[in-house]
Amino acid sequence: MYYRESGYYKTDYKSDMSLYPLPISRFAAFSLLVLFFLAAPVVMNEYYLTLLSLVAIATVGALGLNILLGYAGQLSIGHAAFMSVGAYTAANLATKFDLPFLITLPAGGLMAAAIGIVVGVPSLRIKGVYLAIATLAAQFIIEWIINHSPEISGGAQASIEVPRPTLLGEKLESPVELYYFLLIVAVIAVIATQNLIRSRIGRAFVAIRDQDIAAEIIGISVFKYKLYAFAISSFYAGVTGVLYTYYLGIASYEQFQLGVSIDYLAMVIIGGLGSILGSVFGAFFISLLPIAIRLFMESVGSIFVEPDVLAQSISQLRQILFGVLIIVFLIVEPDGLNRLWINIRNYFRVWPFSH
Amino acid sequence: MSGNMAFAIELFGQGVANGLMYSLVALGFVLIYKATDAINFAQGEFVMIAGIVISALASAAYEFPLWLALFAGLIFMVVFNIALERVVLRPLIGRPIVAIIMATIGLAFILRGIGPMVFGAAPRGLKLPIEDFPIIIGPFFFTPIQLLGAGISIIFLVIFGWFFLKTRKGIAMRAVADSHQVSGAMGINVERYFALAWVMAGIVAMLGGVLWGSASGVDTQLALVGLKVFPVVILGGLDSIIGVIVGGIIIGVAEALAAGFIDPYVGGGTKDFTPYVLMIIMLMIRPYGLLGRKLIERI
Repeated sequence: MYYRESGYYKTDYKSDMSLYPLPISRFAAFSLLVLFFLAAPVVMNEYYLTLLSLVAIATVGALGLNILLGYAGQLSIGHAAFMSVGAYTAANLATKFDLPFLITLPAGGLMAAAIGIVVGVPSLRIKGVYLAIATLAAQFIIEWIINHSPEISGGAQASIEVPRPTLLGEKLESPVELYYFLLIVAVIAVIATQNLIRSRIGRAFVAIRDQDIAAEIIGISVFKYKLYAFAISSFYAGVTGVLYTYYLGIASYEQFQLGVSIDYLAMVIIGGLGSILGSVFGAFFISLLPIAIRLFMESVGSIFVEPDVLAQSISQLRQILFGVLIIVFLIVEPDGLNRLWINIRNYFRVWPFSH
Repeated sequence: MSGNMAFAIELFGQGVANGLMYSLVALGFVLIYKATDAINFAQGEFVMIAGIVISALASAAYEFPLWLALFAGLIFMVVFNIALERVVLRPLIGRPIVAIIMATIGLAFILRGIGPMVFGAAPRGLKLPIEDFPIIIGPFFFTPIQLLGAGISIIFLVIFGWFFLKTRKGIAMRAVADSHQVSGAMGINVERYFALAWVMAGIVAMLGGVLWGSASGVDTQLALVGLKVFPVVILGGLDSIIGVIVGGIIIGVAEALAAGFIDPYVGGGTKDFTPYVLMIIMLMIRPYGLLGRKLIERI
């Protein structure tokens, strides 16, 4: 009876502290890995694998923002700027110093974390609205600095071409190889976040989010942990930026503008604040939404409207639907997709005896 | 040197005139914040949609006379904002600040999509019946639309300042902003004042749409004026009406001077960048702004 949740007695510390304490969660994690590692590349063609790769990249970024916003409670509208920091760091290191991918990836993350700490410093003094506006300013200022310093942005178009990533002497060129690599990074990010959240640091984040004054009183250095939150979140963002840069083969500031920050905010809010599974849901949802809308409009919309009218209004429809979805989720289901999933799970957990 | 000085004075005048027009847009933001504690990230989009509706109605497609187009725009903004407050903002009362910010961002997306979809994406002009000759006052040099904009801004800022300080409704509104519960207990209909605040913000956005639309043309780019709102309100103080004037003038002058003197050296773009640098500095020193109330929490 692997799906039962009772009757498992933890008799040593190791089993008490394990990441997946129940057989059902081990089974679920394992089958998800099988699904994505073995089944997906066999069943899907390259186009869908590319989409899944994008989802994997977005997952890393969404996890980072969820650590900051969902767990530590610090609002940031500058997530994409940190991504651009990571992206340009990696691109410069890769092109100027010819460093391999395994070095540029963490380097991009660390550089973003350093910048994130600088941006996080005001969070000691300000919060809520003011922090939101300060991070918005960070978004514009970082974007402007990168765009206006040729040493960083590589000249006129403010974009740098990067070589294909090499891993263990193997060039990652086909979509399948890239997919596997990005999937591994995303899985590492998920597990790392799961562990972070139940560690001392993660619990300090939650304490600060729930009541910062109370957190201070029980001995948590609020300033230190807020900076941790910014640093860790920006590290994730930086890694996301590096991955995206290698994925596209070019570092361009246009990929990391305010709209992207808002996309990631939408991911963590629609997915569910303070939930790791929610970040993954959100990454899936927001990354695939434009494609779903396009497919839907091309199949259903073309019945009602002429194709050329449709082609004109498709991007506007996407914006409208995106906005509507954000608002509907905020009003109807504030805890996001994760809450929907928990409701479904709880229903089946006691099914058919719901009372 | 004197040439530089004259140039600086010239830029200063332009900056003040533009800054006062920023103030008008920022006023809508402050009105909402003052009364409902909500942060409106869609103020620029309000301005845009008002501009689009009015210019579309006045254009060849509908051929409304200008006064009717303006009136229709006003009605549209009022109805739209009442509906908005009822459907979107009211369910979010009492929720964390990020929920309201995200809701208004979502709203911004919707408006940016709907405007061009309904009325067409092509840029339009919005011609006001004023002469198009430069006006020279002392060392300054203005276009009539700038003077009109500055004048309307000042008039409305004064009206709203008076409204909040002296009228019964304004005082009630400030009470609502301070505490929803207490003002409700004192017999103030909190929800009606929320609606009133959004309606006033809509009216101001309509004026902003007309002025900015006739100054720089109407398309979705008009919404970008909303990005100037944040520096203006942070500098002046989030809940201060006089602060909006001060902040607007400072931002307007700063960006005019930056565009005039720094741009040649760094290759452009300082116009959008300087306000945010000023804002960051202000956030570090006085987060509540020059004239805002010192309500900010410290830890």
